[in-house]
Formats: sequence, structure tokens, C-alpha cells
Amino acid sequence: MEMNEFIGNFAELFDDTAPEVFTPDTRFRDLEEWSSFLALAVMAMIKSEYDVAITADEMRSANTVQELFDTVQKYL
Amino acid sequence: MAFLRYNNIGIRAIAACVPPRIEYNRELGYMMSEEEMDKAIHNIGIEERRIADSDVCASDLCEQAARQLLADNNIDPLSIDALIFVSQTSDYHQPATAAILQHKLGLGKDTLAFDINLACSGYVYGLSAAYAYAQNEAVKRVLLLVGETMSKIVSRFDKVNTPLFADAGTATLIEKGEQFGSSLFSLHTDGGGAQVMMVPDGGFRNPAGPQSFVEETDANGDRRTRMQFRMDGMAVFNFGMSEEPRDVKNLVAAAGLELSQVDLLIYHQANKFMTDFFTKWLKFDKTKTPYSIRRYGNTSSASIPLTIVSELYEAYPERHRVVLSGFGAGLSWGSVLLDLTPCRISPIQDYNP
Repeated sequence: MEMNEFIGNFAELFDDTAPEVFTPDTRFRDLEEWSSFLALAVMAMIKSEYDVAITADEMRSANTVQELFDTVQKYL
Repeated sequence: MAFLRYNNIGIRAIAACVPPRIEYNRELGYMMSEEEMDKAIHNIGIEERRIADSDVCASDLCEQAARQLLADNNIDPLSIDALIFVSQTSDYHQPATAAILQHKLGLGKDTLAFDINLACSGYVYGLSAAYAYAQNEAVKRVLLLVGETMSKIVSRFDKVNTPLFADAGTATLIEKGEQFGSSLFSLHTDGGGAQVMMVPDGGFRNPAGPQSFVEETDANGDRRTRMQFRMDGMAVFNFGMSEEPRDVKNLVAAAGLELSQVDLLIYHQANKFMTDFFTKWLKFDKTKTPYSIRRYGNTSSASIPLTIVSELYEAYPERHRVVLSGFGAGLSWGSVLLDLTPCRISPIQDYNP
């Protein structure tokens, strides 16, 4: 799994946030567009792109794109 | 457990009844911004929901659906041998609501009757129990009444659950007959997730006391009492995507079929975002997944039979190989592959006592 590709998949879920905003350090919960539905969309993206079902607690404890990436990496 | 197979047993008829009162998700402005409302409606796919009056129970909605089913199919109530009521919003803690319905519907005293306490998986579980009884020589007809009034246990100030849940009652008649062919069930449980969807107080683990009725505000600003339903939406999603598509796949494979040979896949109407994702994950044709959720919301165990009635009454003529799949509180989930061609569907009815 490549970080750049992961960021691309992550950024695609957002309608109103420009893709260039996203880096490994992005604290996605602080983005204006962030919502509980986006959390589900992230979980769905991770399942469809990487066949990993991250748990609710893992989703809740990740604050940056890097932390989310690391969580998925653990399963691969 | 292996798959449960039944031969020459099936659904002869289905009917459904909904309360006439409509609540619109566009009218939730008292607790969400317009933008939040638009997003919620778009994602969960629910525009309106039917809500029962305070004096109408799930059993009342089921009773009317049952009366319609019996009348439309010329069934003598005394010919029913078994009555199964599935709900998590029954009339009383005691006695079982099935007994009350046996009497109200004029079924004989030789009827076996009991309740099943399950939520969104309840229709598939109820059907499997009905099929098991119908297999017996002594049982000619089983009446399966599946109804829920989630509105009575969901807070009006809960941004997760208020826009989702609604009320409905349904009736399904199960009989023997060669026209039904073979059916296959797959049923599962994981009580490790019991907390994921729960009403914590009011049972006997946490009996209702004054503290049970105090409204608490959670981290998201949602307000509910301990007598009201709560759900960890992300945990439900993790559970759903981990288990549900796999269950459907395994069931269809066990029947010796390819998923592409399935005519219809009817999900418990949980929320459209989630079940659309299952369809995509399964690479299943989304034109073969009927939805009633836009008009009727998530009615828990009643949502599958309600969808059959509301969507298959006039459409989806190909229905030889139909998969019904329910998943929810427990955690509990299950799927069934059956033939709905011989099933007579009554038009959906508004409750009108």
C-alpha cells in the first residue's frame, strides 16, 4: 500500500475539500466537511480498496491520515 | 451451523400495514442544520417515515395486516395451526403478544403461539421457525406476524436514529406445497456485540428507575434516556460489511448458484448507504435490489416483508430465486434463498381500526 495512493482514495471521498489539502499529517476531523457519514465512507473505501474492515474504535482513534494508514497497514 | 434446507414449504401470502401519519426527514430542522438534513437524507436514502400514534402497538399493525391477508386469500382463521410474533416492541413484558393476537384474530385454542425477540434479523429467523413447524405433518398453516414500532423507543433528539427508524406491521402465511421448491437458510449470532445496538434499561438487568428517564447528552450532542435505543453506527457498519455480503455469497454458493443467477436481493432496509455498499462489494446488479426505504424508513424486523409488499406488488416479476438478508441487534444476522413466485402479495394498507 502506497501513502500517495491512500491519500488519493481518501481525498476522493470529500466533495468540498480540495485534494491538495490532504497530506499524511492532515487532521481530518478538523476539516469543515468532516461528518459521521464520511467516517462510514472512509471505512467503506478501506474495505473496497484494501479488503480490510477496520473497527469502529480504530476509526474513532485515528486523527491523522497517517494514523489511519498505519491502522490499515497492520492488517495487510 | 450448516445451512437449513426445507423442501416444498414456502410463503403463500404476505400483507403489510403502516400507520397513516407521515414524518418527513426534511422537518428535522429542530435538531439539525439544513445541510446536515440534506446529507442525512441523501446518505440514508430516507425521505419519510410512518409513525404510529401513542395508543397503537406493533401488534395492532400486525393484526390489521393479518386480517387483510386472511380475507384476501379466503383463509379460515381456524385453519391456522401456529402463530409466531416477532418484535422488540411487544405489548407487555408478560404475557407473550402472540397469545393476545391468537385471541384477537379468532384463531383456535389448538394454535401454538409464541414470540421471538429479535430485531433486524427477525424476519429471516421467524421464517426459519415457521418453516420448521410447517415441515411437521400436524401443521398445515403458520402465520408469521412481524412488526415494530421503533418510534416508541427512539429519542426525537437523536441525529443518528431519529431520521432512520419507523413503524410497520406485517403478516406472512407459510404453507406446504410443491410449487415452493427448496429453500435454504443461513443464520448467525455474535453476542460479543450486544452493546452495539441496545436499550439499556427497562429489562431485568437494569430495571427501570427514576434515573432511567433522565435525558443524557452524548459527545455528538444527541439526547436520549436509558429507556431509549442507542446504536454505535460505525460498529454496525463494520459488522455489516464484515458479515452480510459474505453470508449472502456463502448461501448462494451452498445452493449451487452464481450470484448473477439470483433474481432479487432484498436487504433489511437498514440505510441505503450501507446496503448500496454491500451491493457494490458483491458486484451484484443494483437494479435487482428493491428498496422501500425512501418512503418507509428502517422498520427493523418488518422491513423485509414491508419491502416485498410495497415494491413487489406491481414490479419485479422475476422472483424465482430471491435472497432475503437481515442483520442487526444481537448481533444477529441471517439470509434465506427462496422462491417468491407462488406468493400472493396484498396491496399495502394504512392502519385504520
